[in-house]
Amino acid sequence: MNNISKPFWVIVRKEISDYMKSWKAVILIILIALTCMGSLYTALSNIGEAVKQGSTDDNFLFLKLFTASDGALPSFAVFIGFLGPLLGIALGFDAINTEQNKGTLSRLLSQPIYRDYILNAKWIAALFVIGIMLFALGFLVMGFGLIFIGIPPTAEEFCRIVVFLLLSMVYIALWLNLALFFSIKSKQPATSALSGIAVWLFFSLFYNIIMNVVGKALSPSPMAMPDQVVRYQKFMLNLLRFSPGELFQEITMTMLMPSVRSLGPLTFEQMDGAIPSPLSLGQSLLVVWPQLTGLISITLLFFMFAYISFMRKEVRSR
Amino acid sequence: MAQHVIELTGLTKRYGDFTAVDNLDLNIRKGEIFGLLGPNGAGKSTTILMILGLTEPTAGNVSVCGINSTTSPVEVKRKVGYLPEDVGFYEDMTGMENLIYTAELNGIPRSVACEKATSLLHRVGLGNETDKRTGKYSKGMRQRLGLADVLIKDPEIIILDEPTSGIDPTGVQDFIHLIRHLSHENGLTVLFSSHHLHQVQQLCDRVGLFGKGRLLTLIDINELHNKPGELEEVYNHYLGGNEHE
Repeated sequence: MNNISKPFWVIVRKEISDYMKSWKAVILIILIALTCMGSLYTALSNIGEAVKQGSTDDNFLFLKLFTASDGALPSFAVFIGFLGPLLGIALGFDAINTEQNKGTLSRLLSQPIYRDYILNAKWIAALFVIGIMLFALGFLVMGFGLIFIGIPPTAEEFCRIVVFLLLSMVYIALWLNLALFFSIKSKQPATSALSGIAVWLFFSLFYNIIMNVVGKALSPSPMAMPDQVVRYQKFMLNLLRFSPGELFQEITMTMLMPSVRSLGPLTFEQMDGAIPSPLSLGQSLLVVWPQLTGLISITLLFFMFAYISFMRKEVRSR
Repeated sequence: MAQHVIELTGLTKRYGDFTAVDNLDLNIRKGEIFGLLGPNGAGKSTTILMILGLTEPTAGNVSVCGINSTTSPVEVKRKVGYLPEDVGFYEDMTGMENLIYTAELNGIPRSVACEKATSLLHRVGLGNETDKRTGKYSKGMRQRLGLADVLIKDPEIIILDEPTSGIDPTGVQDFIHLIRHLSHENGLTVLFSSHHLHQVQQLCDRVGLFGKGRLLTLIDINELHNKPGELEEVYNHYLGGNEHE
């Protein structure tokens, strides 16, 4: 660490301690921890039935801890996909505008630091909190799993879980970046929180409803040719993929269920001669490569928006 | 002739059609207390932002201690302490913690920062409030903490933007004495922006009168010493007399 980057880590340290002391972050982390423990409980009590079904995922019993559910309580992966965005929004929505409203931003900017340090440090701090929470939870689930089912995870399973946790971080960072952007653009923290939640609600609820309506309008007649039906299916799937939640769901599915070989419609011709065996981690990654790059690029894009608007913002005293 | 620490040449800032600062030329000497006097919206704050490199000028040049503020703001901010109008602090941190944070941002190690912060808090008269959260500070206490916050990085120049707004009259007197004292003690150059005629007259060595983004005239306060009403007359002459309080 050289002299010029030292103030950067001073800001990061202060921001992390702010997060740890703030109620909103603590409450959300407790909420997520509790729901994940709940889903772990259902997964453990149903794991016997899950094995009996005799699918190709049987060799990956450990991954079932993250995906199994009895229908009453969603699985760990689903919970992260649902509550993760809220955590991201909660950590980012008041990052810049509260500093501005309290008059600390202009004081901070008059210190000998580069302007982007402030935004970058806040981002790193939030990501650090998110990462610690996710990995703590993920490893906790693995630890409990070890105690209760008594079968250690294979190296492959471990790697899959780590990749899943890393990608969950990317997904939550996406919402964090969006919230940061809103916190720069709107003066009131309440406005930016509501804008963030509105976008989240749109993609987690209304987007699917709208797509259902569109799908109904476009659906081919029952007499249509098979390739027409396939084309329609592909088109609808691609429309759905505009939602980051859908991308994340496809990624988690592929990472945590090694038997998933394709995310689109497959014809019998394509399936012909395929051995129903699980894919290796590399192959699974290849299957979701487009989704993965898509998710990462949306995340970077939002950060870029936030960065540019912050650098252009003229900061006066409150 | 004294050395110039701040040199503004042809400085202009436009927001759309509105010209906030219009072709400003100004030199500030080392060690003097210079007053920027003018009504609200005269371009004082915008000029200060450009001196600090927080805003880019539309045209012209700012040089602080020979460093260009627009191209290397970080170097300038190392030498200049800035107390914004209505300064804010992190309310759930104590005054002490706020000062240490600022010191650390300036690359001062924690142990040194602790000592410095303690002595500065005593000097600005907050010796008994070091462990109180700044959320509970009064306006006057916040401004004094702001002064300590500015001084902790050992600046060569301090810029105070309307530092007395919102403080009661006795508080203002204390504050002005404090600034005078600190400036003489440390040989600081002070840039003091205000729309209060009498405060400026009390504190400053030289005054630049601002109106509508232009520097209307430069006044040497020492030459006026025997004529207390003079500055007011000059002010009224240039600004119509209905704007001062």
